[in-house]
Amino acid sequence: MTDMTSVRFVDRMPKFMRRLDPAVTTAFACILLLLIVGSFYSTSFLSPEYLLQQLKVASFLGVIATGMMLVVLMGQIDLSVPWVVSTGAMMACAAAAYGPIGAALAIPFGVLCGVLIGLVSGFGVAYLRIPSMIVTLATNAVAQGLMVVYTGGFSPQDSATPAMRWLATGALIPAVPNAVVVWALIGAAMVFILTRTTFGRSVYAIGNRERAAYLSGIDTRRVVLIAFAVAGGLSAFGGVLLAGYASKAAQSMGDAYLLPAIAAVVLGGTSILGGRGSYLGTVAGVILITLLQSILSVMQMPEAGRQITYGIVIVAMLLLYGRTPASRG
Amino acid sequence: MSEWRYWFAEQRGTLLALGIFILMFIVYTANHPAGFNANVVQTASNKGVLLAFIAMAQTLVVITAGIDLSVGMIFLLTNCLASWIVVGNPFETTLGVVGVLVVGALCGALNGAIVIYGRLQPIVATIATGAVYFGLALLLRPTPGGSVNEDLADALTSKLFGFMPASLMALIVIVLVVWVPFSRSVYGRAAYASGSSEVAAYMSGMPIKRGKFLAYTLGGLLAAIGGLFLTFFTYTGDAAYASGNAYTLFSIAAVVLGGVSLYGGKGSAIGAIFGAFAFRTIGDLLFVFDFDALWQPLFQGVVLLLAVSLGAFALFRVRNRLEWFG
Repeated sequence: MTDMTSVRFVDRMPKFMRRLDPAVTTAFACILLLLIVGSFYSTSFLSPEYLLQQLKVASFLGVIATGMMLVVLMGQIDLSVPWVVSTGAMMACAAAAYGPIGAALAIPFGVLCGVLIGLVSGFGVAYLRIPSMIVTLATNAVAQGLMVVYTGGFSPQDSATPAMRWLATGALIPAVPNAVVVWALIGAAMVFILTRTTFGRSVYAIGNRERAAYLSGIDTRRVVLIAFAVAGGLSAFGGVLLAGYASKAAQSMGDAYLLPAIAAVVLGGTSILGGRGSYLGTVAGVILITLLQSILSVMQMPEAGRQITYGIVIVAMLLLYGRTPASRG
Repeated sequence: MSEWRYWFAEQRGTLLALGIFILMFIVYTANHPAGFNANVVQTASNKGVLLAFIAMAQTLVVITAGIDLSVGMIFLLTNCLASWIVVGNPFETTLGVVGVLVVGALCGALNGAIVIYGRLQPIVATIATGAVYFGLALLLRPTPGGSVNEDLADALTSKLFGFMPASLMALIVIVLVVWVPFSRSVYGRAAYASGSSEVAAYMSGMPIKRGKFLAYTLGGLLAAIGGLFLTFFTYTGDAAYASGNAYTLFSIAAVVLGGVSLYGGKGSAIGAIFGAFAFRTIGDLLFVFDFDALWQPLFQGVVLLLAVSLGAFALFRVRNRLEWFG
């Protein structure tokens, strides 16, 4: 009975509103709420400079969350983000130490390292049929081990190339940071792939029911392998951008990106079980998380308080709209 | 005879873990400069028991087909709490120990409540609650410090009767008090059943919600016991993010090595304990062979990757390709 009335209510809404995902709408509403709350604390909160600065900070998370979303859409998860980000950053900086050719190849080399780690994870998930959570935890540990051996346990001395710095901090179009442009380009490519290509539709199909996708003639194992490789590459690219932003790589620079990346994807309405979600939602999730972090630091909350608030907000928002249906027979 | 075979089939994972551990431990002690003696066993036991508690905590949750990625953070939180309240005269110390255990159980219960009654996915929910627990730990100990009742700490980290490590004895007692009653109770059965097939368990009228809730709560309790022992070994509380993460990771490795299925419904905490011992011994093997300590993370990572890849052998039994998709 209630179902029928709600369907009629949805039918009466204008077409563009009917197509909106409630989760995405909620996420955008929360962004507005955060902006209003923030403007009480500081009047500069709504200034264009501040908002662009936030967008720039968000773009690093945005690139990483794009890869995470691709994996989550298939009902998998990528827990190797922390050290793939660090590996991408460190390897790009390491390549920069090898003269002009190294500097030219720094960015592709960093991304390539991420793709390789992603391929290992993808192979484990797709062909060895090991749960993705476990494989990516293991590849994360291997990546960490490799980086510890490479750096000798200290932060490496190599610094980022001018190209990396330009990509992260420069502004090709006046007033618009390059990092935001990069995120927009990657986002546009992802939207195109997800909605307009066979590969993208296969990703959704696998997330819904891999068995059915396989029987429909999709080589699901190859799709999973490629998706993990892309996710690894994007994580590493996020690391490259971060290294450009900070002008050098650091040991634990990726640690702060795993939870936000998953949170951004899930808060954006992508089902953690796979098969459902839109890139717009991920964008909303990324901006939401970044604004939340920013407000907590504007309020000068210590690290402990930030972690607690952060965890509570994520659980609370998920309880609002991320619940799985009750199992009844 | 056939009874015997069923038992063997059921315990295969545990026995395999025991075998790996014994093999590794023989290699370890044979190459240890001090050889096989009570002190070497005591040191190995003290290191292994910490991970064994965390692995047991993880097992309880994994059996229900869930995962607890906050287990390392509960471990840290209880460590920091113990460095404040497990001090003073015997009465105060006892109250402190009880307080730490209660906090651990509450953390586990919160995870359980969010996952079971809130119906969130365990991965995301426990990552988020892990952040909360880490924040609380940081609030308690912004910098490493604190102290612990040293008499109790020394008693629980020394040797009994000159050869038996007290920490190992404590582990055995905890297994007998927590794991054995739980796994034989109706709730334990329900936890196994819901991990194996939640729908079937529901249809059979098993108390799945209470069983899972108990599993999460006891998981928190066991992580708190681990946190207590960490305090006894180090005499301080330290909210080190990397250490909490490492313990979460190692607990999963230990569970996998111990023959507990990550899909739920299969395995036992005993297997996970041997998995934890084996994993620790593998990590320490590098030291007796005089490798640089820098190689340890890589070595552990590769062992972990190989251990989880062992699961792929199940693919050889697949008769129909559709079985790939579980």
